[in-house]
Parts: sequence; C-alpha cells; structure tokens
Amino acid sequence: MIKLVSTCNIFNFYKGVDMKKMNKKITRRSMLKSTTALAGAALGSGLITGFPAIHASGTPTIRYLGTAVNMGSEPEKKLFEDTGIKVKYISKTTDEVVKTILTQPNSFDIVDSEYFSMPKLVPSGSLLGMDTNRIKEWSNVVTAFTEGKVNGKTIGDQGTAPKKVLYLKGPNSTEFSKEPTRYATLIPTVYNADTLGIRPDLIKRPINTWAELLNPEFKGKACILNIPSIGIMDAAMVVEAMGEYTYPDKGNMTKAEIDLTMKIFTEAKKAGQFRAFWSDFNESVNLMASGEVVIQSMWSPAITAVRSQGIPCIYQPLKEGYRAWAAGFALPSTAKGRQADICYEYINWFLSGWMGAYLNRQGYYSAVLSTAEKNMKAYEWDYWMNGKPAAQDILSPTGKKLASKGEIRDGGSYNDRMGAVACWNATMDENKYMVRKWNEMIAS
Amino acid sequence: MKINKYFLLALPFYLIFIFFFIIPLILTIIVSFWDYTEYSIIPDFIFDNYKYIFNKCFKFSNDLCVTFKTYLSTFYFCFMAWFFTLIIGFTVAYFLVFHVRSVGMQIVLFLICTIPFWTSNVIRMISWIPLLGRNGLFNSFLISTGVIDEPQEWFLYSHFSVILAFVHLYTLFMIVPIFNSLIRIDKSLIEAAYDSGANGFQILTNIIIPLCKPGIIIGSIFVITVVMGDFLTIGIMGGQQIASIGKIIQVEMSYLQLPSAAANAVILLIITLLLIWTMTKFIDIRKEL
Repeated sequence: MIKLVSTCNIFNFYKGVDMKKMNKKITRRSMLKSTTALAGAALGSGLITGFPAIHASGTPTIRYLGTAVNMGSEPEKKLFEDTGIKVKYISKTTDEVVKTILTQPNSFDIVDSEYFSMPKLVPSGSLLGMDTNRIKEWSNVVTAFTEGKVNGKTIGDQGTAPKKVLYLKGPNSTEFSKEPTRYATLIPTVYNADTLGIRPDLIKRPINTWAELLNPEFKGKACILNIPSIGIMDAAMVVEAMGEYTYPDKGNMTKAEIDLTMKIFTEAKKAGQFRAFWSDFNESVNLMASGEVVIQSMWSPAITAVRSQGIPCIYQPLKEGYRAWAAGFALPSTAKGRQADICYEYINWFLSGWMGAYLNRQGYYSAVLSTAEKNMKAYEWDYWMNGKPAAQDILSPTGKKLASKGEIRDGGSYNDRMGAVACWNATMDENKYMVRKWNEMIAS
Repeated sequence: MKINKYFLLALPFYLIFIFFFIIPLILTIIVSFWDYTEYSIIPDFIFDNYKYIFNKCFKFSNDLCVTFKTYLSTFYFCFMAWFFTLIIGFTVAYFLVFHVRSVGMQIVLFLICTIPFWTSNVIRMISWIPLLGRNGLFNSFLISTGVIDEPQEWFLYSHFSVILAFVHLYTLFMIVPIFNSLIRIDKSLIEAAYDSGANGFQILTNIIIPLCKPGIIIGSIFVITVVMGDFLTIGIMGGQQIASIGKIIQVEMSYLQLPSAAANAVILLIITLLLIWTMTKFIDIRKEL
C-alpha cells in the first residue's frame, strides 16, 4: 500500500504525480548504474561464493520496484551503512507494479509485490522462484504465511491467502505447490489486517460490524475504495455482515455472486449512500479529515495521517474480522549472477530486524517478528504487538507522536488482530467479469 | 521538382504524424480485436470486446445499458461545459476587443486571463474542494449569513462541481480563438451597421457573431474533445461516482485488459470525430482561416 505520510493537506494529492516524474529520472539513472554493476558481474562471475566477496567490484546497486510501503530514506541510508548496497526506488501503485512486471521485466532488479497478484504473475513465468535456502531467517517467518496460523490458531483463508500461493514446484515453475518446497513465489516482508476507519467524534456511538457501511444513518457520509480487486472484498464483508448472503469463498466468487454483491452496492450508490469513492491513499485521508466521510474502507497509515492532524480517527475492529493483505520480494526471471546475489543479500538484510522494527512502528507487521523484537524497545513492542497500554508516548519512525501514554492500539494485540483475519485480498477466477461489473456500478 | 521540395519541407511533419499518430492508432485498432487473459494479450480476430461494449444496449425494454448511460452523461457534461464556456468566453473576448480601447491594456488583460494556466490543472481543480465541501468555505459562509440552515451536499462530488471545474478549466480555450476572430473584424463594418440604424443587439447577431463563427467553432472543438476524453476532472470533482468513458478505459488499462480498453478508445474516437465532423458542417474552417 502506501508509506506512512505524516503531514496531510490537499497538496499531498500530487505526491503520486510527482513521484511518477521522479521515478522516470530514477529509472534512467539507475539503469546506467546497474549496467556498470552487470559489467562487474560478468567479470567476477564464477569466483563469487559468499556475500562479502561481491563487494569487491563496484558499488552494488539495485533497482527496487514496488509500492511505497517499504520505501523510505531512512531504510535507504541504513541499508548502505550496513551492507554498502545502494537502492533505487521505483514507486508505483499496486496495479501498476503488476503491469510493470509483465510488460517491462528488465526495468527492475527486485520487486515488492502482493501475494494476491501471484495467480496473475506466476503463470506468466516472469518471476524467478525464490530459493528459501538462501534466506537466513526463513525458518523464523511467521506462521501466518507458511501455515495460515496465528498463535497456533488457523485464520481465515478466503481469497488469495499467502499459504495458497507461497510455494512453487521448482525454481522456474509456473505452477503453485500445495506442499512446502525449497522455492517460494515471494519472500514475505510485510502484511497487515485492514478494516473500516471511522470518525468517532462524528458517529458518536459504537460501531462493530461491516454492515454499518451501508447503514442509511450514514447516507452521503460513507465511502469505499475504487480499486476493484480490493473494493470487492470489502463489499463482500459488508454483504455477508448484512446477512444477505454467505459466500463459500469471498475471494473467489462465481458470476452470480459478483452480480449479487454489485447489485446491493449499486442500489446503495443510487440511494446516495456514498459521498465519494477513493482510489488514492491521500484522497481517503482528505475525505476523512475534512468530515466529508465518517465511515469508509481505509488503510492503516491513512488512519495515522488523519490522527497526526489532531483529528480523532479509529481503525475500528469489527466482529466479522479483518481483510488482510501481504507482500513480499521476488526477482525477475532474468536475474542471475552477482545482481541476484546482491538482491538476496538485500532481502536478508531486510529480514534481519532493523527494517522489521521500522515497519512495526508504522502499524504494519514484519514477516520475521523475532528479529524485529530485538530492534524495538520493550514499551514499543508491548504497544504495537501485545495490545498493552502505551507506557510512554509512541512515536513514528520519523519522530511524530502517534499515541499518548496510556492509549491502546486499535484492535489490540497481534494475536487479536491477525487472529481475526477473515479473508485476504484476492484475484478471482472471474476477475475479468468482476472488473466489468465494478465499472458498471460506478457508471450506474 | 517543385513538388519534391515542398514534400521535403513537410516531411518532418509527415514523419511525426506517421510515427506518433497513425501507427499507434492502427495498433490500437488492431489490438481492439485481440483476446486477453489476466497477464497477456493474444493476437486474434474477435468481436467480443465490441460485443461487450454494446451488451444489452439494443434491448430497450430494460434500463439503458452502461455504455449508453455513460455516453449520455458525457454528452450532458459536454453540452453544459460547452454552453457555459461559450457564454463566458464570448463575453470576455467581446469585452477585451470592443470595450478595452488601448492595445497595451488588451494585452495586459489577456495575459491576466492566462494566469491560472501557470499552475497545473489538477491544482486548479483540487482548490475547489476546500471551498465546496460540507464544512467548506461556501457552506460556512452561507450558514453564517443565514441563507441556508444546514450544509448543502450538492456543492461537491456532484454534477454541479464537475461542470464548475470544466468551465473554470476550459473557458480560456474559448476566449483565445474567439478573441482572435473578433479582433480581425473590420471596425468600419460595425460603424456602417450603426450608421444604417442597427441597434446593439442587431449588430451583435448580424455582424459580430457570424464573423466570429470560426473562433466559436474552434473553441468548441477544443472544449468538446477535451471533455469527451476526460476522466480526471469527472473523477476528482465527481467523487469517482460519476462514470466517464475515460475512467472505464483507465480501469481496464490498469487491469491489463488492453484489448477491451482499445475497443472503448476506438468507439470514443469515432463518436468524437462524428461530433467534430458535425460542427465543421456549420463552417468551413480552412476557408475561414
């Protein structure tokens, strides 16, 4: 999704636009650099065995394609200090990342993608099977990924749950493996449980079910995101919570189920339930902060951005559970030699703890919690992970105050939040049909 | 030999058009007949993409189909934007040409009209949001003066806000060509009409408007083509609740449904060309320029 944005005003809207421009420059520059790096790789190939040796020739540089979640200047600096690797960010939206992997597989060295994109990407053969033997912390990756369990309890696996698409049959396979193998589609990095955001000061009563999104009480003050693949999941949570229908698998609807879901939302839209739809992270922040909308689908850092303006906003836990998402690293199928080694070293650094703490402090979760814990203060860990009241003020990685002493994280502990996951972001078999139906709803 | 020389002079222009216009256009048309999956497009010759666009469109027993509805709403925006930009654009240009005496002042005022163009059109659009919102400036002002009792919702994320933004963004496209036409009108024609006893309104309808028709048509073409393909303004000012063909194409592109997007683009192109063709029936632009 999008990185933590601490300041927010209408001008943030342009960040997306500016970033695209910047990326073009970055890409061109980094292309030059990595060409040099590749030349170095050609010279040194065959001799390379361990990681330190690869630094013998030139500054290692990687072009990192992804959404902005993990892209910050602090991680960039820290990475260079620790490993001597330079990283060039290419930041795009979730859908654009997929498009870039498929259409320009040589424009990046490493990609940070979401698990729900795997059913689209793996059959295309554009990504390399990731060798888990080269990941030092592989055995410590949380069970939410490997087994679909949190704290020993099996969590919801509707949709494209990571465990369904984690393993490949071989390094160049285009098929998923149900059994664990040595080769993974993505090396997990970050994940979270999403829910509805609300303005408690304007709603003034408890909210505890997804059905409230279509409650006529909030007519003209509700909002849903206009990204079909994610919006349909939120819509399904609402339909199920209203008792209209129980899906066998929300993440893989039949045409009839898609019709039903869209019919309910089309009717609500026609009745004026929604103030707007958002497709940009900052739009959701502005809608909420300005009071145009009091209840809407939201992402965790957007809540933080609203709160950092001093406006109350809650990431409301709901009884039906959360919609989860998860991301991880992959290399393009053309990756080899030194450049691939550098990427693996980068992934190992990523999972070694500093970055995990950085992610946890933004309200996300790191795929390897054991190393992240060592890089966080005990009071931080208690607040973010154990659902305990903050022993002192909680600061973001950039030093902004996120919570005062005594406050408790929305939704509570890791086990409470991730344990209550009901479904995952998904790519459905009927995706084509779903996107069309979604367009029809917008047009209605 | 003469022809060759002129051909060479025009060659760069030909090349630009062939490479950046004709070839992409042909590719778009070809791709619109292809098949596609989640991650690839497959060369083929099928009409499914077009069939889908007009799915259920010719069974008039039900509601209008999505495509017709979307085009109807786009036509509506086109008409409203065209109407208001024309009225405002003509008035401003008329004032600049006939009421501002000195050329220096004309240039200064004309430049002032272009000042909004120094910022991006997205910024100009977004700046309306804090003004029109539920707790925005307009609502607070109207409530504090007692004109209304509670905030008006239709200011923002409505047809009104979309049309407002279009008019704000594109009036200059009307002002410039109309100004250009008006300034070339021979003032003695007006004097002659006046001497022959015509009143102000008659001069306007019999002399000025017929003579600035080319300016009006050129301005109209600008405004209508821009509004037909727009998805950003309708998206932002309409709260993404109002459909536009541009938005449908954009969503299809982001899901790599390129053939489907191409088919939509071809239809949009045909309709827009038809509109422009109709307008050029009113006047021979080449002759007038």
